[in-house]
Amino acid sequence: MNLTLRIWRQAGPRHQGELRTYKVKDISPDMSFLEMLDVLNEQLNAAGEEPIAFDSDCREGICGTCGLMISGEAHGPEKTTTCQLHMRSFSDGEVITIEPWRANAFPVIKDLVVDRGAFDRIIQAGGYISVNTGSAPDAHATPVPKRNADRAFQAAECIQCGACVAACPNASAMLFLGSKVTHLAELPQGQPERMARVVKMVDQHDAEGFGGCTNVGACSQACPKGIPQDVISTLNFDLRTALRGNR
Amino acid sequence: MAVTGLVFVGYLLLHMYGNLKALSGEQAFNVYAEHLRTFGEPILPYGGLLWIVRVVLIVSLVGHGHAAFALWARAGNARRTKYAAGKAALRTAWMRWGGVFLLLFLVWHLLHFTVVKISPNPDATGPDVVNNPHRLLVASFQVWWMTLIYVLAMIALALHLSHGVFSAMQTLGWTNSAASYRRAKLLGHASAVVIAGGFLIPPLAIVFGLIQ
Repeated sequence: MNLTLRIWRQAGPRHQGELRTYKVKDISPDMSFLEMLDVLNEQLNAAGEEPIAFDSDCREGICGTCGLMISGEAHGPEKTTTCQLHMRSFSDGEVITIEPWRANAFPVIKDLVVDRGAFDRIIQAGGYISVNTGSAPDAHATPVPKRNADRAFQAAECIQCGACVAACPNASAMLFLGSKVTHLAELPQGQPERMARVVKMVDQHDAEGFGGCTNVGACSQACPKGIPQDVISTLNFDLRTALRGNR
Repeated sequence: MAVTGLVFVGYLLLHMYGNLKALSGEQAFNVYAEHLRTFGEPILPYGGLLWIVRVVLIVSLVGHGHAAFALWARAGNARRTKYAAGKAALRTAWMRWGGVFLLLFLVWHLLHFTVVKISPNPDATGPDVVNNPHRLLVASFQVWWMTLIYVLAMIALALHLSHGVFSAMQTLGWTNSAASYRRAKLLGHASAVVIAGGFLIPPLAIVFGLIQ
């Protein structure tokens, strides 16, 4: 496959960026999207140019490190992470535009790499349960109904890649936030801090400069783990309960 | 946003029901219109209930608009560098610009039927027409561009409701499972069809000569 790539290049956080056009030839349809970028970087290295900076780690679709806006779609046209996206999803001769996640809360560090520290700070604000250390309790010591366990598990699939923010027309992080809140709200271990958690996490979300949710649903469509929009409803329910004073 | 929106949905259902009285003839429609003003007498003064409803609606409108523009401004601030490719922003355009269009329509609608009572029909003017709700209704929708404005407004309303009703339920935290989420989506579409469709029946009946 021969492709034309329009890629966002930005030397550093304070530099002006621009889209630059590159050509790649003889790309195998079985390559992953990131392997295709590796090929391009080899070319750039050979030509003595600065290679394109992008994030990746496990390349198995489970760590949440990679993430690119590919022709206007977070993680590209398939429901998966960028590393698990294959070139067979594109056609020969296609022009592909590659941009970093765009949100003020995710500042660009270099080229396609953004700083997602805002997510970590939201987790630090309340996305945890406080337990005393010691020997682990028996796994069946605290029974969890199957329905709650399933929903908690589904929400816990969030890998914090940030695709929800990237796809959201409001640049809101409510799907991420909803996943974390629902994950803990469905489990007995999450109950003691449930009401305080949601208030602290929403406050941190707003302080980071993310937009407000208008329930568009672009987040769930972009989510590589297919986390449903209904986790945001649980977030809203908990927030409303907490603000009524039942902390 | 959600609560004020649901106030509007409740009002729209009542308003639509009242409009459908036009199908029962001039007398039924005008008696209904007058009854709205005498409702609750003598505890309430003449037109008292109507004013209570109006105050609730005005407060809701201010709240709804304030929340909408606040979210709009936040969205603009949260992503100052836009995408070169993609249509992320289009997803909210229907709701936001559609809402602005509905607001403009509301101003026209109130001037037309409530505040000034404008008859756009050159063949039917004067106090006999504007002080007779049924005659003003029929005279208005016999004018093609008037019907067109209302049809466009109802399309905008249907689009607004199909997302808005679902969105309100989601905001209120009533869609915490896959099943209730699907029901809320369905209710959004159903309310859009029922309300916009119900409002369109009298004007279209006038255009096709079923009400004269």
